[in-house]
Order: sequence, then structure tokens, then C-alpha cells
Amino acid sequence: MLLIRCPYCEEERPELEFRNAGEAHIARPTNIAAESDDDFEKFFFIRANPKGVIYERWRHIHGCARFFNAVRDTVTDKFVMTYKAGEPKPAKLPGASK
Amino acid sequence: MAKAAAKTKAAAGSASVERRPALAGRTLSASGVKVEMLPPAERISLRAPQASVAALSKALGVTLPVKPKSSATKDGRMALWLGPDEWMIIDEAGNDPLADCAKVTVLHSAVGISHRNVGISVVGPAAAATVNSGCPQDLSLEAFPVGAASRTILGKSEIVLLRSAADAFRVECWRSFSDYVFTLLSEAAGDAAN
Repeated sequence: MLLIRCPYCEEERPELEFRNAGEAHIARPTNIAAESDDDFEKFFFIRANPKGVIYERWRHIHGCARFFNAVRDTVTDKFVMTYKAGEPKPAKLPGASK
Repeated sequence: MAKAAAKTKAAAGSASVERRPALAGRTLSASGVKVEMLPPAERISLRAPQASVAALSKALGVTLPVKPKSSATKDGRMALWLGPDEWMIIDEAGNDPLADCAKVTVLHSAVGISHRNVGISVVGPAAAATVNSGCPQDLSLEAFPVGAASRTILGKSEIVLLRSAADAFRVECWRSFSDYVFTLLSEAAGDAAN
């Protein structure tokens, strides 16, 4: 079983307590009514789905119930790090070569 | 005449409004662990920002814990940390924590959930093994010490787990899940003893 660190509970918890909530850092347009159909499609439907490092929202639904962000490698399924919702994308990942 | 009939109906109606806790009185003893339904208690779900914690603690008479996975107990009233701004208050002494919160003017949300939840006690040397049969958390005394409390899962059901003593747990679950939770714990109790 994967252990995922919840930044609010400040410890690693079993994956069964968590739920994935899609890609992170997708900003909702400030004036959604003025969006063109193409831009709305990009915002609403199009996701990066990379092979490798992905930034995702996760929810500790059967714990503190808080949303947070996680950096995960889609190839190894390893969680690189987690951080609180609202915090900026980490500039440097722990263990990164550069 | 119609009025009288309505009155009788109302009286009969109120007579049937009695509290019937789920699975009341059910117990199970295995070697090394005893699983038992706890008597009804008053419970509230409390949400409040950090600025309101001190005033609410004073009103409730128990200091709301701010550390993750912790709880506080005083005079039969327990405060369990569930999230950064969320607590579950359980009162076993028969006092109403909802009424205490109603006097507080600082920002908060208190919702009575006394009848939504039931409590199950799991006591004995094999208590941790019994709960662990369906709960994936590390329940060793180092990771989950006495007084630790957490919302987690047991099998397919969400529970709130409180360690009240080294060999005693309180499992809080929704009453509609209580049959599933109690049966799972009963089966586990038989296995845990071996």
C-alpha cells in the first residue's frame, strides 16, 4: 500500500484514506462568460496527462478531508512531494538533478 | 371533535418519538478482546477558524486540540481533532455541547450529530489487532498513542477512531453503517485472538 504524506495531518497515511482530484494548478477564468468556446474547452476538458512528473490535487477524504497538491511520477507511481492547497508550484523538486 | 382527534393523534405521535439507538446493547466477547455498543451520547460536529478556538474551548469546558491526530478529554466530554478547523465533540455526561456553543458569539458552526453516530468500544489486549483488520493506519503505541484520534476507514466504512487507553479504542461510525462495522469487528475479534 502506498503511503501518502498529508500536509495538514503532517504525517504519512495509507492511500485508502485518499482520493485523487485531477490535475492541479488549473486557474478558473476570472470572467468565464467572456471566454471563447476554444478557451473554455482548453480550461474545462484538456489536461496535460504527461508521462513522468505530474502535479495533482488529492483529497484526504477519509482523514482531515482537506484538498492538497501532490507531485507524482506517473511511471513509477512514486509521490515526490506534497504541499498545501493554495501554495505555489514548487520551483525545485526534492531529489531533482538540477 | 376534530380538534380532539388531532390532539390524541399528536399525543400518540409524540409517544412513539423515542430514541432507539442502533444495535443497542449488542456485545461480543472473544478471547483477548471485547466489542460492545456504547450507550447513547451527545455529539456535535464543530467547525471554527483559529481565532474562535479559545472562546469555544472556554464555553465547552474542554480545550480544543490543535495538533493533528489528537484529542482532549475533560469531565466526560471529548474533543477530537478531525481537521485543521474541524472537531467532533462527544459528551457522555449527559450535558448538551450544542447549548454551550449556542452562547458563543464568535464565528463557528456547530451541528448536532448525536443520532447520526453510534459508538463501539473495542477493549482488550487484541484490540489494536481487531481494529487493524479493517483499518490501514499504524496503530502501534508509538504511532497512535493513548489519546490519539483520527477520522479513517474501517473496511468500506468511514469511522472516527479514538484510543482511550493502551488496549481500548472507541470506534464512532454512522448509525446506518453500524451493523457492517460491528459485524466486521466481531469477525475480526475472533481472528485477532488467534
